[in-house]
Amino acid sequence: MHPLAWWVWALGLAVAVTRTTNPAVIALILASVVLVVLARREDAPSARAFRGFLVLGGCIVAIRVLFYAVVGIKTPGVVLVDIPQVALPSWAVGVELFGPITLTGLLVALYGGLRLATLVVCFGAANALANPKRALRSLPASLHQIGTAIVIAVSVTPQLATAAAGIRRAQRLRGHEPRGVRGLLSTAVPVLTDALSRSLALASSMDSRGYARPLTGRTDRRVSTLVVLALVAASMGTYGLLDGTSPRWLGVPVLVIGAAAAATASILAGRQVRRTRYRPDRWGSPELVVAGCGVVAAVLLVAATATDPASLDPSLSPLGWPQVPPVALLCAVVAAIPATRVFRRSAARGAA
Amino acid sequence: MILFDHVTVTYPDAVRAALTDVTFRVPEGELCLVIGPTGAGKSTLLKAACGLVPHFTGGLLEGRVVVEGRDTRDHPPRDLADVVGVVVQDPASGFVTDTVEEELAYTMEQLGLAPSVMRTRVEEVLDLLGLATLRGRPLADLSGGEQQRVAIGSVLTSHPRILVMDEPTSALDPAAAEDVLAALTRLVHDLGMTVLLAEHRLERVVQYADRVISIASDGTTVDGAPAAVLADSVVAPPIVELARLAAWHPVPLSVRDARRRAAPLRERLVGSTANRRPSVAGDHVVRESAVTVLAESAVTVLAAPAVTVLAARDLHVRYGRTHAVRGVDLTLSSGQVVALMGRNGSGKSSLLWALQGSGPRTAGQVLIAGPPGAGPKADPASMRPRDARLRVALVPQNPQDLLYLDTVAAECVATDAQIGAAPGATRTLLDGLTTGVPDHAHPRDLSEGQRLALVLAIQLAARPCVLLLDEPTRGLDYAAKRHLAAALSRHAAAGAAVLLSSHDVEFVAESAGRVLVMADGELVADGGVRDILVASPTFAPQVAKILHPVELLTVDDVRRALAATR
Repeated sequence: MHPLAWWVWALGLAVAVTRTTNPAVIALILASVVLVVLARREDAPSARAFRGFLVLGGCIVAIRVLFYAVVGIKTPGVVLVDIPQVALPSWAVGVELFGPITLTGLLVALYGGLRLATLVVCFGAANALANPKRALRSLPASLHQIGTAIVIAVSVTPQLATAAAGIRRAQRLRGHEPRGVRGLLSTAVPVLTDALSRSLALASSMDSRGYARPLTGRTDRRVSTLVVLALVAASMGTYGLLDGTSPRWLGVPVLVIGAAAAATASILAGRQVRRTRYRPDRWGSPELVVAGCGVVAAVLLVAATATDPASLDPSLSPLGWPQVPPVALLCAVVAAIPATRVFRRSAARGAA
Repeated sequence: MILFDHVTVTYPDAVRAALTDVTFRVPEGELCLVIGPTGAGKSTLLKAACGLVPHFTGGLLEGRVVVEGRDTRDHPPRDLADVVGVVVQDPASGFVTDTVEEELAYTMEQLGLAPSVMRTRVEEVLDLLGLATLRGRPLADLSGGEQQRVAIGSVLTSHPRILVMDEPTSALDPAAAEDVLAALTRLVHDLGMTVLLAEHRLERVVQYADRVISIASDGTTVDGAPAAVLADSVVAPPIVELARLAAWHPVPLSVRDARRRAAPLRERLVGSTANRRPSVAGDHVVRESAVTVLAESAVTVLAAPAVTVLAARDLHVRYGRTHAVRGVDLTLSSGQVVALMGRNGSGKSSLLWALQGSGPRTAGQVLIAGPPGAGPKADPASMRPRDARLRVALVPQNPQDLLYLDTVAAECVATDAQIGAAPGATRTLLDGLTTGVPDHAHPRDLSEGQRLALVLAIQLAARPCVLLLDEPTRGLDYAAKRHLAAALSRHAAAGAAVLLSSHDVEFVAESAGRVLVMADGELVADGGVRDILVASPTFAPQVAKILHPVELLTVDDVRRALAATR
């Protein structure tokens, strides 16, 4: 499966989630995401991190509620717990410390937290389903060098963790039980020297395998000119856009010119790097279906907010039970379609 | 083609040049072997040949290095990537990608080869090196030998004209090493590839070499035909030592050649003993005579009566789905040096760590004797590390992981304090193992042999009853191995047991008295070193192959046997 397909799918669901505060709808989409991840993830380290994203989502909800209780604005409504408000000095005007916790306020915090948590889980799902390293391989050729550097940086952290575990284990062999600051030093020094020599070894290996190898006699001066032009246009355009008194042509048109210059520079720079891709990920009908599901889910909810906003935002004054509008149900079902294996490529490598 | 023209390499802040006025020429299609003691500059020579010296390492390179017509002065390593393939000593440190297949394709991607070409070349190399079953596996999950083959494969895919390899077989078991070397010779013979290769285990590679460059410890080199250079080289494989002993000229390099010359020697070894002790003729006499000679020489070692110091019962180790050790029963007696052999990934390291107690152990029991007065045998896993090390010590595969201070002296002092020994005890031990380790040196700057000696001294300072060593001979030259073998037999003679895992048959023949063979997590053979090594075609040391059916394993054995016949 092409990694970008999963990213489009997850992004579509994230857009859908931002359209609603209805906890029932959000919970439905969340359930779809979890279902798809459980059904389609591979046995890779990045996939094992999904559990962490779920935990992180739980923490987000808890923190959001906690913040409401401590410093949130106390909306009027049914009081659940009456905590006396702490009087603050006059310079802290507008901040309320504690105060009565109302059902309305608590629900607002809970719904908001749930929405944010679901966004994070969507990101985690994309991460679990599409190996980030493979995703970086789809970068344009001009960004290849940076992409490789990022990939290596990404893989360094788990390597450091295994190196530290190995070194602690080895040091226990000599009866050394690292404790306190000195213990930390005795582990950190070998781990860091190890990491340094390892990265030097990797760099020398990459160098002798042709990394960052330029084509002889093909340095293109146009690239640097275009990059300078793009930067100037970007700063001028932003200024024109934000400053209301400047002429209108200084805003969006200049930004567009800058973007075009940047794109041309990237293409020209890509021509200087002669590299090819081994078995690039193909974009076929399964990818189309997966990405399409995300897009359709987003479009459904965006359209629903435009036509019938009330159903996606449950009323909090007066309080009412959240409804599940049919369109949301449809959206969740569409989001869960990639979980079915019907759309797997029949070739052995399709799932890889 | 590789040309070195009066090359002198000096690293910054170095006292002396790493290479001094080196001139040689390796024509196309030759396999050139670089030999020399540890730290003599073999790696520097290899790095100079692929441009890493001085472009990557820094330092001053005088003279000229020309590779396939390109002067390395003007061509950094990346510009040589299409003609020179480099395989580094520790293959895992050079991997850029995640999986076997992507790693094989990496260099080709950098060179911009067409996707269809990449596809066919990856398949070819997968077959050539027997990697087809591993193609989708993560690199981190592979065994050392598999990683080594992937590293070689990943440079072969770009079809370089020159291969530069630093100790390509050091991590491999004898069979895997044969496979890799067979693939290499095929590349040299069939495709005309030039190979520049540094190796410590000369017995494995010397027969394939067309040319030998010998680096002395002062950085000067001698190059020429293998037989001529090896005849009086400091580092020499057992076959050459035997040739020197038997005064064969020119020196034979393959077992086949040596066997043709060895007939008189064999007769002398058999005949003289038959004269001395009239007995039934034939094979029996041969065995008898050789064993007697050896037994006489070994008598002095076994002074104290042997007692069991380690008893392990039904040991199992699992990692996830892998069952690394399956029901191993093992007893070690004091005074024994035992070698643990077996394929890459057969569970040797897992067994050693499980015996030591800090590695995972799924089931089973390990009991290890303590120092006098420490009570009955106990399981080291249940003890605190500082108590456990008085019973069992392990020198891991990367001995430097044990070191964390910045000078040799500080490490020695810390060890004395940790075990409550008299000040200077560890240093004295270290001086007994090797000479010339400076007090103020950083442990990372020591040579492989010196670093191993330091770690061994640290571990021996606690006088453990059982000493475990995981692949101790990696990167050691013949002299360092002899020092290590002597230290191990001294420790065993003092009433301890030594268990070492190794792929190095020559070292095992020289140091061990008993051999265990492990396969697929089980112990499949257990017996005297002669019974096991001679019986197996892959594990037989060179001397045994040459002198078969005389059961002598090392040149020293032969020397003693000859002395006894006089």
